[in-house]
Amino acid sequence: MTTEDVKYTSAPSQSNDAYAGVNDDSDGRIFNVGGGDWDSITVAPEGETERIVVNMGPQHPSTHGVLRLILEIEGETVTEARCGIGYLHTGIEKNMEYRSFVQGVTYATRMDYLAPFYNEAVYCLAVEKLLGVTDQIPERATIIRVIMMELNRISSHLVALATGGMELGALTAMTFGFRERELVLELFELITGLRMNNAYIRPGGVAADFPADGVQQIRDTIPLLRSRLKDTANLLIDNSIWMGRTSNVGYLDLTGCMALGISGPILRATGFPHDLRKTQPYCGYENYEFDVVTADTNDAYGRFLIRIGEMEQSLRIVEQALDRLQPGPVMIADKKIAWPSQLSVGSDGQGNSLDHIREIMSESMEALIHHFKLVTEGFRVPAGQVYTAIESPRGELGCHLVSSGGTRPYRVHFRDPSFTNLQSVAAMCEGGQIADVIAAVASIDPVMGGVDR
Amino acid sequence: MGLEENLPSGVLLTTVEKVAGYARKGSLWPATFGLACCAIEMMSVGGPRFDIARFGMEVFRASPRQADLMIVAGRVSQKMAPVLRQIYDQMPNPKWVLAMGVCASSGGMFNNYAIVQGVDHVVPVDIYLPGCPPRPEMLIDAILKLHQEIQDMKLGAHRREQMRELEAHALVAPTTLEAKGLLR
Amino acid sequence: MTETPAAPVPVVPIPVVPDGVSQFEVFHVREGAFGAEGSGDTSGFGGLVELMHMPEPTTRPYGGWFDEVADELELSLTARGLDPASAIEKVVVDRDEISFFIRRDLLVGVLSALRDEPGLRFEFSSGVSGVHYPSDATREFHAVYHLLSITHNRRIRVEVTAPASDPHIPSSVSVYPTNDWHERETFDLFGIVFDGHPVLTRILMPDDWPGHPQRKDYPLGGIPVEYKGATIPPPDQRRSYNA
Repeated sequence: MTTEDVKYTSAPSQSNDAYAGVNDDSDGRIFNVGGGDWDSITVAPEGETERIVVNMGPQHPSTHGVLRLILEIEGETVTEARCGIGYLHTGIEKNMEYRSFVQGVTYATRMDYLAPFYNEAVYCLAVEKLLGVTDQIPERATIIRVIMMELNRISSHLVALATGGMELGALTAMTFGFRERELVLELFELITGLRMNNAYIRPGGVAADFPADGVQQIRDTIPLLRSRLKDTANLLIDNSIWMGRTSNVGYLDLTGCMALGISGPILRATGFPHDLRKTQPYCGYENYEFDVVTADTNDAYGRFLIRIGEMEQSLRIVEQALDRLQPGPVMIADKKIAWPSQLSVGSDGQGNSLDHIREIMSESMEALIHHFKLVTEGFRVPAGQVYTAIESPRGELGCHLVSSGGTRPYRVHFRDPSFTNLQSVAAMCEGGQIADVIAAVASIDPVMGGVDR
Repeated sequence: MGLEENLPSGVLLTTVEKVAGYARKGSLWPATFGLACCAIEMMSVGGPRFDIARFGMEVFRASPRQADLMIVAGRVSQKMAPVLRQIYDQMPNPKWVLAMGVCASSGGMFNNYAIVQGVDHVVPVDIYLPGCPPRPEMLIDAILKLHQEIQDMKLGAHRREQMRELEAHALVAPTTLEAKGLLR
Repeated sequence: MTETPAAPVPVVPIPVVPDGVSQFEVFHVREGAFGAEGSGDTSGFGGLVELMHMPEPTTRPYGGWFDEVADELELSLTARGLDPASAIEKVVVDRDEISFFIRRDLLVGVLSALRDEPGLRFEFSSGVSGVHYPSDATREFHAVYHLLSITHNRRIRVEVTAPASDPHIPSSVSVYPTNDWHERETFDLFGIVFDGHPVLTRILMPDDWPGHPQRKDYPLGGIPVEYKGATIPPPDQRRSYNA
């Protein structure tokens, strides 16, 4: 390569395209090596260092979703790591400004798609706080919310382990994780009708009560889940290869966590037992006995142990909640807010139950009016702003809700834990090896739907 | 036990199209293009319960150079659309695209500035699968329908003629908006 | 909210309040009950004009531990040489939450006082959220910081405003490094420029995207949906109830 062959182009770059062919114009230096001139290749001039920037692009089997990792490497060591996000930005927050508060649940639920109940719960808690009806939510609805949230925590951690294992090459972890997850998804389908993205938790309560055999099915599944989780744990805990890949990888101590605003398993892996279910309980969490699982190794292995421990604690909470369940309504008594429809499966498919139709068509004019107004217009929420936060499987999930006094939110902003936790990639990975980047990102467990919203 | 045991004289007569179709559908390797919620259902399809290994498809090839089928699973944002097109271009022929979920088929519930309203704006789609997210069984059903289409795919001169016919039809076909009598 | 992109400026007198701070945060004017414009709306609701305003500022005592926090904040600001009366524009206590409205150029001082003073110790910042109030003249952009004190188990909100003509707010990254990406997101979606941010670039939208999508004057951007011969307009252009 002689200097004559170095060509600087200033063509407008439609594509800073790494895949552009040799004839395409692109910015930057173009080295035309003709061959046969190896003896004239000289060492790079002084002061000019070659930077190798590797792009683990948005489509990659091992980055947790559509995450772009831009790594500057020197040999196998990562000197700089940056995240490129935004590949799943859906404009959910803006879209919710054009939908009523109940319709907003269906948007909120699709943000962090592995923990849909948490998104719904934080949004509904915010709406209820703005309405001022937090005390009027029926007890049964609150307990059902806790049951669904804790089952969701189990399924979310299972996916975290499954995909983390797959990314590191432990494919059996993936099959185990998804097999166990099917047990939980069957319960979701039994109770809410959908496996994922169920718009079940609504402002005022939950959409529908448990079916007749719901409680029994959950009780039967719990011991089965326990034994299967033990299998998964035995596969990976004290597994020398797994420990070799995850011990001392993705190190982030308490100072780093507090500076970066990290919450969730990453913060608890430093030994600090910060859990919003204990410090600022919501939905009656102060009535349940469970431990906050911590580890003191500050690394990916500790986070993995925490996730396994949290799944066991979630099973404990579900058992206690099932014992506390009493018959009662599942929607708020105030008819101006309560979602009116009662769905059931009829001969022609799913629709409003015949009892409900009889009530609104022949028995009660008010019920008809409420049904009509609530579904078309929605309820009005007094003006103000509120911030609610809950402990989702990934950390503190917050909802900042501003209402202008109308039927649609003025502004909804979700503080997603993965968005904040992903900022720690640089701190965790710089100075490590490329393979450790994968393990570190897997231990952060970001869900890109929540990151980009 | 299979076909090979029941041949009367050990000779099977068939057409090249059928054999090629059988081979292609028998090991249709998907490219990983899981984006959002549908990606999780796609991973469940690869999991032990809804097993697509029985169709020869459990190997999700990360490299598009080795993949036949791109299952666009999830919402495609404006930032992701060029990446989608690039991955599609890198796949060698023959390739098929399955738009999984309503977001990939038409933009879904996200009719806004950030989402491409249907990946057929970016890549040609062979089969659309509605659902939000579609159940794994629905995905398997769509894949099997695609398998049938691949089995019946014509080759060589037959295909050129078929393409000419389809193009002639498409040039005069009215758009869905203009077509009458659809509201049945 | 079904405003078309070129919504007319409402001609409604905003109550004049001393010190240039509107006591009644009139931030939205709702005209008409339905989104339809130009169609024959014979219901009579088309002439409805309603001022929407946020909860009024609260006077002392605030109740509960809010007074303690407010006192500590004022003391610590005085100790740092900042005048509390000019730094804290107003305090709103609403729905069991306290919001401090801070003058934007003193933001970094106030945030470091909140983080470092032993009586306050709000170590955890939940991020920055932007809100756009186009009808609130000279205070169109709000940046909202939610702070959590793990030591004292309290949450407060700090709110800063900036006019649309000069949407600059000092960056809080030096006090709370976690706000790095949150400020980038607020810049990306609202156009609020955070002065002093190390790398303020777009984070969610493509790098060359024009406009700031979550502003109220930016359309939702949907397309009309065609199905079997019928067309349904996108959500922001439909005839539906006005928010």
